[in-house]
Amino acid sequence: MTDSGRRDKVPGFQRSKAQRSQQPVANRRLRRRYAAERRFQWYGRLAMLLGVAVLAFLVLTVFSSGHSAFVRHQIGVVVFFDTDALGITAQSPSEALEQAEYLVLLRKNIFKMFPQVRKRRDRKQLLGLISSNSGGELRDLVVSNPAVLGTKQQVWVTASSNVDQILKGNAPREIAEQHRLLNDKQLKWLDRLAGEGRVRTRFNPYFFTRGDSRAPEMAGIWGAMLGSFWALLVCLLLSFPLGVAAAVYLEEFAPKNGWSELIEVNINNLAAVPSIIFGLLGLAVFLNFFGVPRGTPLVGGMVLSLMTLPTIIITCRSALKAVPPSIREAAMGMGASPMQVVLHHVLPLALPGTLTGVIIGLARALGETAPLLMIGMFAFVVDLPEGLLDSATALPVQIYLWAESSERGYVELTAAGIMVILGFMIVMNSVAMYFRKRFERRW
Amino acid sequence: MTIFLLTALLLTLFSAYSLGQSKARSIALTQGRLHSLPSHYGGYVAIWCGVPLVLLLLLWWLGEPLVLKALVLDSFGERIQEMSPGRLGMLYAEVRNTASGISGFQSSDPEVLAAAKAYQHYAQRSQWIQVAVFVLVALGGLAFGWQRIRRDFRARQSVERAFNVFLILSSLIAVLTTVGIVVSLVFESLRFFELVPLQDFIFGLKWYPQIAIREDQAASAGAFGALPVFGGTLLISFVALCVAGPIGLFSAIYFAEYADRRVRTVVKPALEILAGIPTVVYGFFAALTVAPWVREFGIKLGFETSAQSALAAGLVMGVMIIPFVSSLSDDVINAVPQTLRDGSLALGATQSETIKQVVLPAALPGIVGAFLLAISRAIGETMIVVMAAGLNAKLTLNPLENVTTVTVQMVVSLIGDQEFDDPKTLSAFALGLMLFCVTLMLNVIAVQVVKRYREKYD
Repeated sequence: MTDSGRRDKVPGFQRSKAQRSQQPVANRRLRRRYAAERRFQWYGRLAMLLGVAVLAFLVLTVFSSGHSAFVRHQIGVVVFFDTDALGITAQSPSEALEQAEYLVLLRKNIFKMFPQVRKRRDRKQLLGLISSNSGGELRDLVVSNPAVLGTKQQVWVTASSNVDQILKGNAPREIAEQHRLLNDKQLKWLDRLAGEGRVRTRFNPYFFTRGDSRAPEMAGIWGAMLGSFWALLVCLLLSFPLGVAAAVYLEEFAPKNGWSELIEVNINNLAAVPSIIFGLLGLAVFLNFFGVPRGTPLVGGMVLSLMTLPTIIITCRSALKAVPPSIREAAMGMGASPMQVVLHHVLPLALPGTLTGVIIGLARALGETAPLLMIGMFAFVVDLPEGLLDSATALPVQIYLWAESSERGYVELTAAGIMVILGFMIVMNSVAMYFRKRFERRW
Repeated sequence: MTIFLLTALLLTLFSAYSLGQSKARSIALTQGRLHSLPSHYGGYVAIWCGVPLVLLLLLWWLGEPLVLKALVLDSFGERIQEMSPGRLGMLYAEVRNTASGISGFQSSDPEVLAAAKAYQHYAQRSQWIQVAVFVLVALGGLAFGWQRIRRDFRARQSVERAFNVFLILSSLIAVLTTVGIVVSLVFESLRFFELVPLQDFIFGLKWYPQIAIREDQAASAGAFGALPVFGGTLLISFVALCVAGPIGLFSAIYFAEYADRRVRTVVKPALEILAGIPTVVYGFFAALTVAPWVREFGIKLGFETSAQSALAAGLVMGVMIIPFVSSLSDDVINAVPQTLRDGSLALGATQSETIKQVVLPAALPGIVGAFLLAISRAIGETMIVVMAAGLNAKLTLNPLENVTTVTVQMVVSLIGDQEFDDPKTLSAFALGLMLFCVTLMLNVIAVQVVKRYREKYD
């Protein structure tokens, strides 16, 4: 009381009784308002963090389930390369070497390692430990080095996908037998092999060198990468010149009338059309009307180029717009024709900016899946596509195909495929950013 | 053959160019200054060679299969009179497969064998004629361009006019694409509506696109009522918007009004990465991670939850469209004039009160536009729903149920065998037409809303 009494004597601190009684209310309201302010800021922070957290979690999920696809398990089998059983010698022509029955030989030698396994059913399960394609590995070994014929060697063959998944811990081991990928006997054999040091982990080269396969341990992404490469090549060859030409016309030559406005509205709308609609267009026009071969990188690239065109046109136009008029006037003053002004002076200056747009457009085209499904780039393709007219899949389509497969081994392949495609996108976008930084010019 | 002709085309162009250029150079040496640069004369000859050749190749590419088909089918005479176009196509495919000797496609029908012989004969003759015409046209173009080269011939103008035509044609591609989309969608949809009445499609409540194998089977005609399909799309998009709306809007507000420059330069691009991730990645994430969670969570709470619930697909799709909401909203919030904020702050409002009562109302049309664009993205999105949503066409508001969407049905009906006289295949085009119209409308409205807002403060 004394405190306020003294204050009341200071000039300017005179307050009425009513004011004094309101003060706590005002303070309380102010506190409330400040609290609301802080809450509001936290909503914003939370929203932002949530978005970033989901992104981080997504990338983490992909990495944690995909990194194991880059290694594979191998099983060491002692193989006697019996020349009589194979019917070949080191001097045989390579054709004979390639056609010998290696799988039969491999089976015989595995049975020899497990002499106590006699029953037909058990033997079949024993063979379930190794990849069904390991005969091919034996063949490659002999073809590359025929000197092994007639000798006894320890050969490392790829383990079956089920063994691989259990050893990697992707599929649980400590569960009831009927839910497990391997039964009790198979596990026992596997443990015996591991105890003898006949199981090892190595880098998985198949993932980067082969096409799709019915056996997950033999499937690779290389075929899909080639398919994507061919499709993107077509897309680049079509959309880059056409896009730049369209942008040059619209920006430099087109009369500003209703017609050019129509084209402009059109381009903006095309950029917003759902990608699956482009697939329908490709199906109805390219495949059914023009008869382009179905499921090839050619038609895939044509559809993708229609989708990239708007991006390229829009970025090229803004790059052309950024070239200062003084350049045009100087060239004009030296006697260049309008076409020469554009082709010799303006366009070269606008090209770096355009390239950024082209790379970003291609990166987006690389990730497109839906239109490719419509035009039949959706097939089980084992062979590597060698040209524009071979049937092929593309990276995202391959990822989709693997994701739809029910076998356990394809899960890690899907995630690993996603890592590959994300890697490509990061590289392409970094190159685009580098271009922008390196060649950005301020006039 | 194609590669051979394309190489020949390139070689012809190159030699035409250098021939024209060297003739121009020699004229310049003997008679004095030319009207245009030598390269213009070279280009002139090359254009006279190249344009007719490209047209010729296109003509052959389009016309040859038609002519061959007519010639070969003619040899069947009476037999094909009463065949349907579909059967005719299969017969022709048989002939072609036999002719090309693909193993496993050898027909035993003597008539087909004869036709295959004829096909080979005609195809070979067509190739010879093509090469002959190619050479003739190339020489003709070369000769014509060559003899036009004079000292005072205005080559630059001609070349530039031709180039201008090329530029105009390129800019028409965008229009042609739109026309192509509309025409192909409308054309195939009309065929669909001949088989299924329009009102059944738009107002029908049952979607069973399966066609029975036998006539007397139940539901033999299939049912094509699009309402449940659109209902599923809207349900999933609604869930997506419930995720992306608040998160996108609040992060946009934070970026525009609170965040300092460092946070902005790091976090904003990170959020925009979400829009660049391929959609199959989201599909994988939804199917493998989110859907099991949602199912477990729903069952724990005592709800019956489908393994492919609309909620899981919608949540992930919402994450995908966050950047569409946030960066567009960020732009419009930044476009609100600073004077409005200053006025409000000067009156004693806190920053959040300023945002809520001044900035957001001023930016509202732009934000609505951003939401509309995000919805149109969500409706047209394919891979997430193909991988994480189901096939069960059901009109429901319960996000824990399995629903299907327009894009899923389009993919399902076009993957595998396509028969263009079957309503199942054609239904994809009818759905596509609807999808195109809806997304186009949303985009046009969004652009209009944003545009009207912009005029208000400038």
